[in-house]
Amino acid sequence: MSVETIAGVPIDLNEEGFLTDPRQWSEEVAVELAKREGIDPLTPRHWEVVRFMRSEYEKKGAGPSVRVLGKTSGVSIKELYELFPKGPAKLAAKIAGIPKPRGCI
Amino acid sequence: MRRIVIVGTGTGGTLAANRLRKAFDLGEVAITCIDKDDRHVYQPGLLFVPFGLTHPEDIVRPRRRQLHEGISFIDAAVDHVDIENQTVFLDSGEDVSYDVLVIASGAVLALEDTVGLSGPGWMDTVFTFYTPEGAGALEGALATFDQGHLVVNVIEMPIKCPVAPLEFCFLADWYFRERGVRDRVDLTFVTPLDAAFTQPIAARHLGGMLRERNIELVTEFNTGEVDASGGRLISYDEREVPFDLAVVIPAHNGAPYVTRSPGLGDVLGFVEADEHTLQAKAAANIFVLGDAASIPISKAGSVTHFEGEILVENIRCFLEGRTLSASFDGHSNCFIETGFSKAMLIDFNYEVEPETGHYPSRIGLPLLKESRLNHLGKLMFQWLYWHSLLPGRDIPGVSSAMPLEGKTSETKDESEVRA
Repeated sequence: MSVETIAGVPIDLNEEGFLTDPRQWSEEVAVELAKREGIDPLTPRHWEVVRFMRSEYEKKGAGPSVRVLGKTSGVSIKELYELFPKGPAKLAAKIAGIPKPRGCI
Repeated sequence: MRRIVIVGTGTGGTLAANRLRKAFDLGEVAITCIDKDDRHVYQPGLLFVPFGLTHPEDIVRPRRRQLHEGISFIDAAVDHVDIENQTVFLDSGEDVSYDVLVIASGAVLALEDTVGLSGPGWMDTVFTFYTPEGAGALEGALATFDQGHLVVNVIEMPIKCPVAPLEFCFLADWYFRERGVRDRVDLTFVTPLDAAFTQPIAARHLGGMLRERNIELVTEFNTGEVDASGGRLISYDEREVPFDLAVVIPAHNGAPYVTRSPGLGDVLGFVEADEHTLQAKAAANIFVLGDAASIPISKAGSVTHFEGEILVENIRCFLEGRTLSASFDGHSNCFIETGFSKAMLIDFNYEVEPETGHYPSRIGLPLLKESRLNHLGKLMFQWLYWHSLLPGRDIPGVSSAMPLEGKTSETKDESEVRA
């Protein structure tokens, strides 16, 4: 757990860099978090996925897995990996300020 | 007379039907089970088939014979459920109405979700041991495999019995050593997770056991394609793992009828339910147990077993118009076969991750530690499965709620551990 100033506001992050309180998230925070992951700028296609992640989280309390994302977000799995290399579900969740998907137990 | 209809008669459907039959008088409730065939597979046995330690015919029994008297069985596939009209429609065109519906139809393998998986090479150089047919065919392939690269790959979580792929690795190490060819066989475990297992303490122990056995671990590998003719797994981010023989655990979906039933399940066909009451989000008179449920705990027989007691109590509450009083804590436990006649045991729930210590109390089976006693426990379990668990009897010392006594807890101060 650490507190870091991101886009001018203090944000609580866990040891893997995920927000511990999704309410601290803003679009400005997302832009900064994306930069840290080497994604700059966030294109409209990135935003489509990030917003989808947030709405799924608000509805279900958890972010979707890659396969579910590929079936429901309107973005193919191939493109998801182009947008968020090395793990779209995890990376998009991080940028969307929601917890790491836990569908894996 | 109230009508309870149960779709699926595997572990969950069978033990639920038998427990419900005991809990209600014959004149009070009619119980009908529906399944697409009459073959009940003891799924924990599948792991042993490829190594010649058991045979498919020894782990399959008729479904009907596991059900107590006073339970009807319909051998038919379900087309869809009409939630509003409380009716299950069968493939045959017939329909069955219910007052309470229990979804216990498990999970199916989604081969079609991975490019190349079911293409040329399937059951030739690419196998799964998650079906009796696959496990049987893999036995033949392993028997003649004496050099090369064997890869065990989990395509995507969640899967049934998340420790089974690791057990397969441990048993493969043992099997090739027994045959004297281990030095000519490379073993690699390829997983989409960032460690050998999901939960940190167990992941550390299991990761160490892979290293000790010289089994390579490839993490965060999301398989997009299985190229059988080229002998390689290809991930979505274009990494490759070569193989001569691949043992793949395909992605899982819920039963196909769930996605054909408006409002019943999610996009993969799993049925969302309250993780404590097991009541479906789709309707108050639908309950879910076992692998069919979308709740945050392992898809494992032990979970289904522990849920059974909760389910029966809550169905009684529902039928009597009371608030659902039984609450599931996410209790899960499993033996992890580690080869050389030894096994480990893990025990956990929604809140407590697998820890070291003993189960069910300070004196008992060792947790997160290899022992012969656990191996004997795993072997004995097959008898208990057919004779105690399915008939709906309580197994002495094994309760639905997870015991904390006996756990040593690496994550908490000793003073915080409840006795």
